[in-house]
Amino acid sequence: MDIGQVFTLTITQAFGVTALIYLFAAIGLNIQFGYTGLLNFGQVAFVAAGAYAVGVIVLTFDLSLWLSIVVALITSTLLALLLGIPTLRLRADYLAIVTIAASELLRLLVRSIAFKDVFGGAQGLNGKLGQEFHDLNPLPVDFTLPLLSWSRQDLWVVIVGWCLALLFTLFVWGLVRSPWGRVVKGIREDEDAVVSLGKNVFVYKLQALIIGGGIAAFGGILWAVAKQSVQPDTFQPDFTFFVFTILLLGGAARVFGPIVGTVIFWFLLAGFGEVLSSLINNGYIAFLTPTDVGSIRFMLMGLGLMLLMIFRPQGIFGDRRELALDAR
Amino acid sequence: MPANTENTTKMAPGRAAAVEALRDVARVPGSPKPDPILVADQVSRQFGGLKAVDVTHVEIQRGAITALIGPNGAGKTTLFNLLTGFDNPDTGEWTFNKTPVAGKAPYRLARMGMVRTFQLTKALSRMTVMDNMLLGASGQSGERVFKALLPFTWKAQERANTERAMELLGRFNLDAKIDDFAGSLSGGQRKLLEMARALMVGPEIVMLDEPMAGVNPALTQSLLGHIKNIREEGTTVLFVEHDMDMVHDISDWVIVMAQGQIIAEGPPDAVMKDPQVIEAYLGSRHGSALTADGASLTADSQGGTT
Ligand SMILES: Nc1ncnc2c1ncn2[C@@H]1O[C@H](COP(=O)(O)OP(=O)(O)OP(=O)(O)O)[C@@H](O)[C@H]1O
Ligand SMILES: [Mg+2]
Repeated sequence: MDIGQVFTLTITQAFGVTALIYLFAAIGLNIQFGYTGLLNFGQVAFVAAGAYAVGVIVLTFDLSLWLSIVVALITSTLLALLLGIPTLRLRADYLAIVTIAASELLRLLVRSIAFKDVFGGAQGLNGKLGQEFHDLNPLPVDFTLPLLSWSRQDLWVVIVGWCLALLFTLFVWGLVRSPWGRVVKGIREDEDAVVSLGKNVFVYKLQALIIGGGIAAFGGILWAVAKQSVQPDTFQPDFTFFVFTILLLGGAARVFGPIVGTVIFWFLLAGFGEVLSSLINNGYIAFLTPTDVGSIRFMLMGLGLMLLMIFRPQGIFGDRRELALDAR
Repeated sequence: MPANTENTTKMAPGRAAAVEALRDVARVPGSPKPDPILVADQVSRQFGGLKAVDVTHVEIQRGAITALIGPNGAGKTTLFNLLTGFDNPDTGEWTFNKTPVAGKAPYRLARMGMVRTFQLTKALSRMTVMDNMLLGASGQSGERVFKALLPFTWKAQERANTERAMELLGRFNLDAKIDDFAGSLSGGQRKLLEMARALMVGPEIVMLDEPMAGVNPALTQSLLGHIKNIREEGTTVLFVEHDMDMVHDISDWVIVMAQGQIIAEGPPDAVMKDPQVIEAYLGSRHGSALTADGASLTADSQGGTT
């Protein structure tokens, strides 16, 4: 068993493209759920909106990738309005139900035969989606990393992705320490109290939903650009649940919570996978086959989460004092 | 009447003005006031078969402290909820500063200057005491999402608000707690915080739902002083309270509710001697007055509240 190789593979995934996609979704969810208390169980729909905006604009309509970024943001804003306007005046749980239903509805819509010409049906949209982005790659053509196993193309995505993620984190930091952030935190604590102080709670919730959705849409854009393919069935509800897991892992309502959560989540998930694979391949675990690894690593992940919730329910970055206040 | 024949010259000016204005007001339910800030007509709210509120007419005098009393379940909180827009009535119209406000969103009413507190205190637990206070300040440009990221556009305003919050917290003995989470305060301290936070809005009328419940007697005295101060600064106060000593001490006018209706109105002394009021509170067998020196209602009425 090559410990060095297991380690580099794990690190590659913990900071890699897929992790970044989840990170954007988690930064958005942190505004919505962590700070404002909105139970958005359909975050994957915003990611899908971003990815499909790229797919449709670049592939179906043969227009520029840069235009698709604008379209992605408009689409995710419209989606937030569509989900938010009817539900945000109602009790919190309505948003949860509507968002999870809407995200599934959207997925079934884009994979339907009826819209195959636009969205590509069940196969989705595959082609040179990120060409304009990859053309800008400044790395030398024969570039290879010494330790990590990113391709030249992936490394370019990873570099830009992490810069953007840090930028968004900075953006969130600025927002939540402002009076605007104070209002949304107040809404999370007790909506009626904030209303009684003369704040239009509905508008703030809508703003939080739009901002969080917009950041998540960047995850979708990244997805389309990096994987050069947009497929409907990758946008299942479990994506949203993993994003929640990430957020709770890192600590909700912490500026660095999503980053910490994402890296740990993917480090553990990839780590379990790599360690298990290499143990099986070297004959240490005879009763398992390499194909079992995929599901077993999620089981181990679940176990780890349970332990975390028992021993550190506030997440890695959370403040236990705050959690204790909930009980009162 | 005793309250009104008092020598008004030795009173604080706000109190003197309120007593003077209410001197000739008829002591009947729904009586018109010389300068009402709030006028409600035919406000009713039904919960299933129960008519929780059924108020034909009521006026609240500007610049006075008006107490709203009545037995548990009389409909006081429900009336507060209706008037402040937190609940929708089945029927009714009401005006605030002569503007019709029925059906207006509660946040709009708060912005217009009608600010309420809640019977079940709503402290924002996982926010500091100072953040609770700052949330109350109105017209903050930093609360706009586009300006939020430009601290130089709101820093000066934030400093001014912080100063005002410090001053208010000092008055309510909470200045040592500014950096504590509101959730770590005691029940009484939360009541104080909620009241201070409501004042941060700069209201024209504050509607306090049982502000004294759970506040210890020593602090009650200073709290009474604060409420009187609020009036002296020109703010109208409408409050619900079960402690008759306190009602007697600070209110200029008392409105009594029972079973959703207003059954009596008048200065505290007169109302507490009203047989109808005594009956509503104690049942018909009791004949004693509700005043502080008479058989006090204080002890009996405290049981089922909060
Ligand atoms: N949301 C509701 N649903 C059903 N019934 C309600 C509701 N709110 C209040 N009621 C009923 O309306 C009546 C008036 O309640 P309200 O809370 O206004 O009384 P109150 O005068 O504030 O009493 P207390 O002094 O105990 O606070 C009560 O009988 C209560 O059971
Ligand atoms: Mg009540």
